[in-house]
Amino acid sequence: MRDGSPPAGAGEYRALSRLISRIENHPGAAASIIADLWSRTGRARRVGLTGAPGVGKSTLADQLITAARDGGLTVAVIAVDPSSPFSGGAILGDRVRMVRHSGDPGVYIRSMAARAHLGGLAAATRDVAYVLEAFAFDLILVETVGVGQSELEIMRLADTVVVVTAPGFGDAVQTLKAGILEIADVLVVNKADRPGAKETVMQLREMRRLVPHHDAWDVPVVETTASTGAGVADVWEAIRRHGEHLRTSGELEARRGRRAEREVLALVEAALASRVRATVHDRGEPAELLARAKRHEADPHSTAKAILERLIPPEGR
Amino acid sequence: MAKIGLDGHDRGVKVVARALRDAGFEVVYTGLHRTPEEVAVAAVQEDVDVIGVSILSGAHMALVPPLLDALQARDAGDIKVLVGGVIPEADRAKLRDLGAAAVFDQDASTDAVVDWIRRHGVRSEE
Ligand SMILES: Nc1nc2c(ncn2[C@@H]2O[C@H](COP(=O)(O)OP(=O)(O)OP(=O)(O)O)[C@@H](O)[C@H]2O)c(=O)[nH]1
Ligand SMILES: [Mg+2]
Repeated sequence: MRDGSPPAGAGEYRALSRLISRIENHPGAAASIIADLWSRTGRARRVGLTGAPGVGKSTLADQLITAARDGGLTVAVIAVDPSSPFSGGAILGDRVRMVRHSGDPGVYIRSMAARAHLGGLAAATRDVAYVLEAFAFDLILVETVGVGQSELEIMRLADTVVVVTAPGFGDAVQTLKAGILEIADVLVVNKADRPGAKETVMQLREMRRLVPHHDAWDVPVVETTASTGAGVADVWEAIRRHGEHLRTSGELEARRGRRAEREVLALVEAALASRVRATVHDRGEPAELLARAKRHEADPHSTAKAILERLIPPEGR
Repeated sequence: MAKIGLDGHDRGVKVVARALRDAGFEVVYTGLHRTPEEVAVAAVQEDVDVIGVSILSGAHMALVPPLLDALQARDAGDIKVLVGGVIPEADRAKLRDLGAAAVFDQDASTDAVVDWIRRHGVRSEE
């Protein structure tokens, strides 16, 4: 039932928060956590918000929370901010823009620092999204700064990706270079109250033609002034329409299928890699092969191939 | 790191936030003019180890107890509360008796705050 009441277990935000910390701090803990709550996942609508620093993603998220709450949906937000490459610390400031929802038990907001996650930042956010689904939130909003590859990777967990730009924030061409336009399902030009908004909209409409969307969906370009709320209803409507498109076209199943496959393969790869690293020195042929390479007696490519053949017999044997 | 109450001076709290970041901590900044309830909700949702509140208006005796109560009410009394501001000696002892983990004067060095958090802040995991 979508009556806007807090999700079951919402009173236990403390428990939810602890669970998320465990996933963040101990990648090894995720496996059993996710297995336990798996049967309760899969029902939330997942929307990603990405774009350059300062374009207004958090302010827009705040407005979308309001729109969702008005529509009777409960909302969880994952707000990812970069970590300092020097100290590993971070200042997480997205929450400041969403504070007015603080007293609403139907809204949960969690900041995450990008860190140098062992299993990858994308893996950690993905698992956090599953936890939030299991706590029965209707809408999961994920905000990331659209710069690094790992941030783009996070957006793969979303069903609908909203790419936010603003006039004066690097021209749209730069956005295209970052590979961000290809993943956009909805394009937002925020700060429409600033000069240059119309030009940015036109530029994006032009570029959208050059980058065909991978399925039959006409990517809308929407203008907003998130700080006043103007245009937010149009973004919400575009997100809703895209959701409908995903369902009716079969693209939702396809996307989720691709996502599941990628997740499994990434986990297998990570596990294999750590197993290889843990055992390659032990003894036997792989260790000898490695030792020869270290003595410069064999080249890295042949050595790798030979080790791999010992560890995983090639097909047809 | 949070500012509760009406005073609009966030320079100090931002300096401390940056120092903590540079010392390797993850800092959630909640902005100006927060209520004790808002800070408690943020602290619980973010699962923080320490809350640092800066109160320069002199209203610390009115603002800190509600924050401690709001944490208790959320089963989060184990989150340490560090109070900074213009706080007379007599009030410091009172705040500590009420349950504040530490009280720092506005003039305390940033290093002292970072050092305190490094030594006492990080919660042991169960
Ligand atoms: N003029 C104008 N300012 C806006 C608008 N939307 C947001 N802002 C302001 O832009 C600044 C950045 O907004 P945020 O929402 O924090 O931007 P963000 O993209 O989340 O920033 P990061 O998370 O740091 O990347 C704030 O000062 C906002 O008040 C808008 O539509 N018009
Ligand atoms: Mg933000």
